[in-house]
Amino acid sequence: MSGGANFQVTVFEVTPVNDLITRFSFVRSDGGELPRFSGGAHTVVEMHDEGKRRLNPYSLMSDPADTRAYSISVRRDDAGRGGSLFMHRQVKPGMEMTISAPVNLFALDLRARKHLMIAGGIGITPFMAQIRQLSMMGGRFELHYAARSPDLAAYADTLLAAHPGRVRTYFDEQGQKIDLEALLDGQPLGTHLYVCGPKGLMNWVLETATQLGWPREAVHSEEFLAPPSGKPFEVRLAASNKSVTVDEHQSLLEAIEEAGVDAPYLCRGGACGQCETRVLEHEGTLIHNDHWLTEEQRASGERIMPCVSRFEGRTLVLDR
Amino acid sequence: MSHSPIQPTILSRPVYGELEPRSGSQHLFVADAEGGEAILDMARAAPEGFFDKAHIIFIPKETGQSLVARLESLKPAQLHIAPSYSAVVPRLHRVLSSAHMGLQLYLSGTEGLMGQAMLEATNQGIPHTAIQTEHRGSLCRRVQCVHCKGITEDVTMDPFQCSHCGLHLFVRDHYSRRMAAFQGVCVDAENPGDIPEPVERFP
Repeated sequence: MSGGANFQVTVFEVTPVNDLITRFSFVRSDGGELPRFSGGAHTVVEMHDEGKRRLNPYSLMSDPADTRAYSISVRRDDAGRGGSLFMHRQVKPGMEMTISAPVNLFALDLRARKHLMIAGGIGITPFMAQIRQLSMMGGRFELHYAARSPDLAAYADTLLAAHPGRVRTYFDEQGQKIDLEALLDGQPLGTHLYVCGPKGLMNWVLETATQLGWPREAVHSEEFLAPPSGKPFEVRLAASNKSVTVDEHQSLLEAIEEAGVDAPYLCRGGACGQCETRVLEHEGTLIHNDHWLTEEQRASGERIMPCVSRFEGRTLVLDR
Repeated sequence: MSHSPIQPTILSRPVYGELEPRSGSQHLFVADAEGGEAILDMARAAPEGFFDKAHIIFIPKETGQSLVARLESLKPAQLHIAPSYSAVVPRLHRVLSSAHMGLQLYLSGTEGLMGQAMLEATNQGIPHTAIQTEHRGSLCRRVQCVHCKGITEDVTMDPFQCSHCGLHLFVRDHYSRRMAAFQGVCVDAENPGDIPEPVERFP
């Protein structure tokens, strides 16, 4: 099946971290080892929520060299589609689940002479694993971590204690803000920049870096998009000879899977490009929500990323 | 349009573009011979005050004094005229080792000059794809003999005789970024003494 190798795991621990964030650790149900991964990798967690199958990506935050257990941290989103609420409310120690093998779309560039990390809120999780990896290798890094308040800055205390002088926190409620221009301007040649967090923070960092002349190759970002809701629509799957309806709160990919069609995917968040699908015919508007297709590809109307993108109009025919 | 006749051949053969002003905190130019003209041409598109943050290192070679006054008229923060690339290395090394992210690097002139300066820059952590290059002037190549590893500069003929071991070498398009050199391979290994007439392939 699509999505790469999976593991049957047992929930080992469920640990509330703060009001919004809970940590989950998984061990293999057959007692075997999980593969090592590289810092920045994510896993896709499969949930069965009242007949609905959800597949959500979460960054692995445990030690990449630890093959006994994987950990993720999930921020509860009360207005979301329900994946995070399921994790918070339904997942208990001892429960069996399926998770995917690690996939890394946010890897460290190990040619860098220094790694400059900027995290916002729950965007801290990939950096937890990257920092472990760099600590083991003796790599040079600096983390700037912005959160709403000290209470919501998950793992800030641990990081500050473990890496004094390398970690700095900024709290919105206290009016603190990263002095981004000064920070980026003062970095030695060969520094790579990594950013993960809310859209506003990411855009601000990426735009400022471009303005200050940072090469594109030295700037890395990751944002998993939740599939946005929208008006229901019909889609014709030409290769499988099926027609399906995509519900308001369902993604196109989920609707394709529900119809029993095996479609490729990896991240399910508009980042990896795996689910790219040919549009054979459309009369209406493709609503592109991904980070993958170029402006030209979008304009051509010949491609769509069904994990996050939608359609409004009369007919849509996909090569699937 | 590029001023260079260099065409893509195999993947490893570098191709060059045309310099354009980019936003950055500092602008470092390294050029030799006709490469100076690439800087002058680019300057026409440069915004006001661009050269206030520019450092130009120029190796005139056979262009003598002809471009120096025009480069001076750009009023760069620093203009350094040097007799050869090897004379430039310590300066380039110092500038790069104390530079910050945001520095833009512009290389123009012969392939040997651009390749060596690029190697210095990538060793200091600049991704090679982030370095701008523009080929101007001679097509002469810097060639490494794959047998004795000796490097011969400014090769114009093919085949040519290795200046270190004396073998007659065929000059390949196979290029090494790590050596900043094209690869030269013995041309008469199968039939010793059967050496094709040298042709001026890189005038």
